[in-house]
Amino acid sequence: MNLKIKALTDIVTNVAIWLERRLHLVKIWEATAGHPIPKSSASWFYVFGSMTMLCLTLQILTGILLSFVYVPSAAEAYRSLEFLNYQQELGWFLRSIHYWGSSCMIIVMFLHMTQVFLWGAYKYPRELTWISGVVLLFLTLGMAFTGQVMRFDADAYWGLGIGASVMGRIPIIGGQMVNFLLGGPIIGSDTLGRFFALHVFVIPGSLLALLSLHLRLVLLKGINEYPKPGIQVHRETYDAEYDKIIHEDGIPFVPNGIGKDVVANGLLLIVIVLLALFVGPKGPGIPADPTQIISEAKPDYPFLWLFAAAALLPNGSEVLLFFVLPVIGMLLLFGLPFYSNQGEKHFSRRPISVMIVLLSYLGIGLLTYAGMTGPWSPHMEASTSQSTKPEFIQARTPLELQGALIFQNKQCRTCHAIGGEGGSRGPDLTTAGSRMDEPQLVRQVIQGGGNMPAYGKNLSREEVKALVSYLSSLNPKKNSSLKEKKEKES
Amino acid sequence: MTSSEPNHPPCQPQAKKYSTRRDFLLQVGLVINTIAGFMVGLPIIGFLFSSLVKTPSKTWFSLGSISQFPEGTMRLSAFQNPYRRVADGETAHLTCWVKRIQGEELKVFAANCTHLGCPVRWFEESKLFLCPCHGGVFYADGERAAGPPPRGLYQYECKVENGELMIKGGLLPTLANPA
Repeated sequence: MNLKIKALTDIVTNVAIWLERRLHLVKIWEATAGHPIPKSSASWFYVFGSMTMLCLTLQILTGILLSFVYVPSAAEAYRSLEFLNYQQELGWFLRSIHYWGSSCMIIVMFLHMTQVFLWGAYKYPRELTWISGVVLLFLTLGMAFTGQVMRFDADAYWGLGIGASVMGRIPIIGGQMVNFLLGGPIIGSDTLGRFFALHVFVIPGSLLALLSLHLRLVLLKGINEYPKPGIQVHRETYDAEYDKIIHEDGIPFVPNGIGKDVVANGLLLIVIVLLALFVGPKGPGIPADPTQIISEAKPDYPFLWLFAAAALLPNGSEVLLFFVLPVIGMLLLFGLPFYSNQGEKHFSRRPISVMIVLLSYLGIGLLTYAGMTGPWSPHMEASTSQSTKPEFIQARTPLELQGALIFQNKQCRTCHAIGGEGGSRGPDLTTAGSRMDEPQLVRQVIQGGGNMPAYGKNLSREEVKALVSYLSSLNPKKNSSLKEKKEKES
Repeated sequence: MTSSEPNHPPCQPQAKKYSTRRDFLLQVGLVINTIAGFMVGLPIIGFLFSSLVKTPSKTWFSLGSISQFPEGTMRLSAFQNPYRRVADGETAHLTCWVKRIQGEELKVFAANCTHLGCPVRWFEESKLFLCPCHGGVFYADGERAAGPPPRGLYQYECKVENGELMIKGGLLPTLANPA
């Protein structure tokens, strides 16, 4: 028995030695998975990079499987997604994982970026690691953007329409740029075809290439040591200091430094699977049919803040948002390791950096919330679907009641709410009578102004009179004095 | 450590005293590859950027009989774009608003808002076009009334021939290709 075991171990050992002599496995191992890291870097804060990579792996795997069924043609894409959702065995689940994997990838990628920024890891000598990371950030956002086009539903269609409208604003070559974006004269199969090529070939290929560079740089320059307040980075001395840390306090990443990554990644995978199971895949929404003009395009979560910013900026500043701000943003991101190359790494000594992070998260968070609620969009069905509460009708004169009808029938509520019901594009008119007197109201109705059209042509003199008398009656002071009168009388 | 691997001295390019046959071959190779590179590269660039150079032009096509559009009304009309492929499916359609003023006097507006291309809707009671995305508003004659749009609605050139309403179009209307 012992002889048999010995013979077996001999064979295994010989095979291992044979492979080692040909593949130099030990050398590869020491240069990659087994590379030394500072003991302090085996931290819970350092797990987000590997989590982003886990998501990427999951996206590639599920993406390849989805491409077995998905048909990248404008006529077929939507139906092939419905087939995946309802007929293909476990198709809904893979679509779901692909969707939630992408959402989680963007979240953990931003956490990774925030951590790297706050822990000063972008400083000397890791400038190129940061820069390749910024390129990876844009590529990942590019994946998310082209991914929502793959759904090819109404949101995707009108979203492409927005893209074409933005391109059309470019001076002189606008027409050519629209045609280049769409691949033809209209949004159609040629458009989906090029976005499909970007989503499955061009961007993933670039992502893998850049990721190789990113990881190579991590191995070459070492993982950032856990910063200590008061310890400064100097270009002249840092390399020797880092060498000292690795020699005195280094551990191999595998097996000693990887434990927290393994735990975090396992938990993330479970979260993605649970989200996929219980929330399910996203869409496809309403089919992309341009004859159905009821759609209002809304992008996926990662782009809601941009969508909101575009809607909230003053009229005419679109050029600033679409063409100038991105250039400034890119310069700031790519330039960071150069204008902040040395000095303190620890966030407790970098108050401005902490402020930047807080303000960025607050800004993006608030804009995302605004994007979800969309207060700038008119309520297109308000005039036919919204009721008027009794307190806005009671104790009104016949003229005021006529005005209330005009208010409803002339679509005023598409933009103006009364008692919180209706659109919020224009001001809420619950207390309009207390803010403006009759001549001011007449002027506003007839001439419009700001974001309001002039109703002068579409309302008769009598209609204006009735409408304005109704709006004047929307005055809490007047109404409360009326109520008091009533109470006294009774 | 792996001591078993043989240690090769690093290769150095040979010191040059005179041009050799190897140098000549390298130079010939570079020339051949430059020519081949252009032979492969130019068609690839041509394919990729053809849509930048060759932009289709507008063409006349029919929206159908003029009797579908009663006088004094605004009607939504869907049409198949004259440039389309089978694979375009439903997206080969585009929509426009047709206003027949009287007789053969008509106005045809693209449904795409001039702000960011969302589809505008006509409200008969208030005689306004409203855009659901950012609240752009247009009057019945297509003029900009309020909101973020930079101009009035795109208007198709139109004429009546043999009782059919013809319009000139074929491109997605944008600021660069106003209908």
